[in-house]
Amino acid sequence: MAETSGYNFAYLDEQTKRMIRRALLKAIAVPGYQVPFASREMPMPYGWGTGGIQVTASIVGRDDVLKVIDQGADDTTNAVSIRKFFKRTAGIETTTQTHEANIIQTRHRIPEEDLRADQIMVFQVPIPEPLRFLEPRETETRKMHALEEYGLMHVKLYEDISQHGHIATTYAYPVAVKQRYVMDPSPIPKFDNPKINRSPALMLFGAGREKRIYAVPPFTDVHSLDFEDFPFEIQTWREACALCGATGSFLDEIVTDDAGGRMFVCSDTDFCEKRREAGHAGPALAAEGAV
Amino acid sequence: MYVPVKGGERAIENAHKLLAEERRGNRDTPDLDVAQIDEQLALAVDRVMTEGSLYDRELAALAIKQARGDLIEAAFLLRAFRTTLARFGYSIPIDTGQMVVRRRISATYKDLPGGQVLGPTFDYTHRLIDFSLLEGADPENLEEGESDMGVTPHVLNILDREGLMEPANGSSGAQERGEDGEVHVGDLTREPLEFPADRDIRLQRLARGDEGFLLALGYSTQRGYGRNHPFAGELRLGEVRVGFVPEELGFEIEIAEITVTECEMVNQFKGSKNVSPQFTRGYGLTFGHCERKAMSMALVDRALRAKELDEEVEAPGQDEEFVLAHADNVEATGFVEHLKLPHYVDFQSELELVRRMRAEIEAAKVRNGDAEQIEAAE
Repeated sequence: MAETSGYNFAYLDEQTKRMIRRALLKAIAVPGYQVPFASREMPMPYGWGTGGIQVTASIVGRDDVLKVIDQGADDTTNAVSIRKFFKRTAGIETTTQTHEANIIQTRHRIPEEDLRADQIMVFQVPIPEPLRFLEPRETETRKMHALEEYGLMHVKLYEDISQHGHIATTYAYPVAVKQRYVMDPSPIPKFDNPKINRSPALMLFGAGREKRIYAVPPFTDVHSLDFEDFPFEIQTWREACALCGATGSFLDEIVTDDAGGRMFVCSDTDFCEKRREAGHAGPALAAEGAV
Repeated sequence: MYVPVKGGERAIENAHKLLAEERRGNRDTPDLDVAQIDEQLALAVDRVMTEGSLYDRELAALAIKQARGDLIEAAFLLRAFRTTLARFGYSIPIDTGQMVVRRRISATYKDLPGGQVLGPTFDYTHRLIDFSLLEGADPENLEEGESDMGVTPHVLNILDREGLMEPANGSSGAQERGEDGEVHVGDLTREPLEFPADRDIRLQRLARGDEGFLLALGYSTQRGYGRNHPFAGELRLGEVRVGFVPEELGFEIEIAEITVTECEMVNQFKGSKNVSPQFTRGYGLTFGHCERKAMSMALVDRALRAKELDEEVEAPGQDEEFVLAHADNVEATGFVEHLKLPHYVDFQSELELVRRMRAEIEAAKVRNGDAEQIEAAE
């Protein structure tokens, strides 16, 4: 694809990249702490991943290979759009294969495949403040973080259990990073939370509209908040993936007709394709093959 | 079978082609000229320049054309362009006292130095649809008159001389000064917004803020939510010079003449322990001719000074975090509209939880039902 002329490599000017890199370094030095940064207007709207895009633009080099996913899939419209943006403005190589990429920008998922130490995850974050829905004021929440005053969050989780018998948070499930800062892992399903814990990959989080950057360095303890008698647990499905037969992956529900028909397939499209290439087949494909 | 999320790239390309086609509309109608937008939809251009934070009439007009008349989208286009521009430095503050005034009114004095100048205003027009415009009728030609207007002093300075009006930089008079003794003015486009914000940052945020949002908030302060009776001390529209000192020259040069609207509200202030009763100010400034915005901004600016003036903060319009965090329409529209993006992973998680909780309740009902039956049998 033709590179867009008239703009710097990866769109942002070098001064802006330097400013963002400084914020990133600070974020890595203080895991889980939200670093304010002078987020720029990007040529796509706030809410479309401008934070993640700015982080990626600041760390990407000419030899990097980029993968972009949204909802776990490489071919969702916004993932396509962001991948195209970096192809145009940086002329870099992109891929849909997790193991080929060294930068993976994501919205709402972490790939199923284990990440490596030479990979960086970049998360798009809508609301970086895990306490925001308990306390709308930034002046207050910053104070609460500074004083490590997380009682409100534990009370909320406790109330969930006493009212519903469960912690009723299924995505953007709060974590404690290195026994210090409570952090929003971005709206990934809680299914993905364990993947952040002691991951060999660097995890960077960018919130453009809210102008915050935070990070989890490699091999950092990340604990999903819970109680001794109500330990954290992830979602499970009774079904296997209809296409590849996987049982341990996050499944999306696809409605197939208006009479209650539905099937479940892996949300991670690369993972699912790899398994099918390796000869695995789920019920839907097995049935087709049998015909 | 598994097609709903496939083919994103081609779908996007086709959608963009369709958008371009719709933007152009029926090709029998002449294509809209950017100069026409600039000249004849001038107030739209003014609003887009103000909220887009970039003074360039032609670009703003082009953005309006490209955005099909969606002014928030146009402001967004301008912002995204602006952010890529190199920063050479900061201009010398404009002096609105030296403005070549085209319109200037004060609601606090019947007459005053410089006079009341109505200028081009919708005020006092009867809002009757002018059907002659359908036929493209030109208005009558105006004779060019002689301007006898010299420099027009600010109305509020008249009160200031009596000590009835607080100084322009607030009751405290305090301003942040750098090591060089210069007044340091913050810049939201270079530094993130942090709370509590100083008035310079607040004013910048309000100047870039959405006209509709500020209008509603300003209105709410008039209706008792943070009531602080305002008078339109002065509203002026006209041209001011922009000066700049390039480092390599070391002296001021004029780089532009821009149109601005300025509003200074006068508000009562009962005084506090340390300050005797006097009038206080609310300030509004916009690019171009944006009276409604300038007035709303002045009302909200004054309301946001509640804490500084020891007033009780009890209404939305006085709440700094509430107002400043939500005033920017480019941010707001992005986050509201991002709900159109796929959220099916999160939704799936919620589905799973709701189904599980319902199943547990059903199971409990069955158990209780069994227990009742057993009891009844006993």
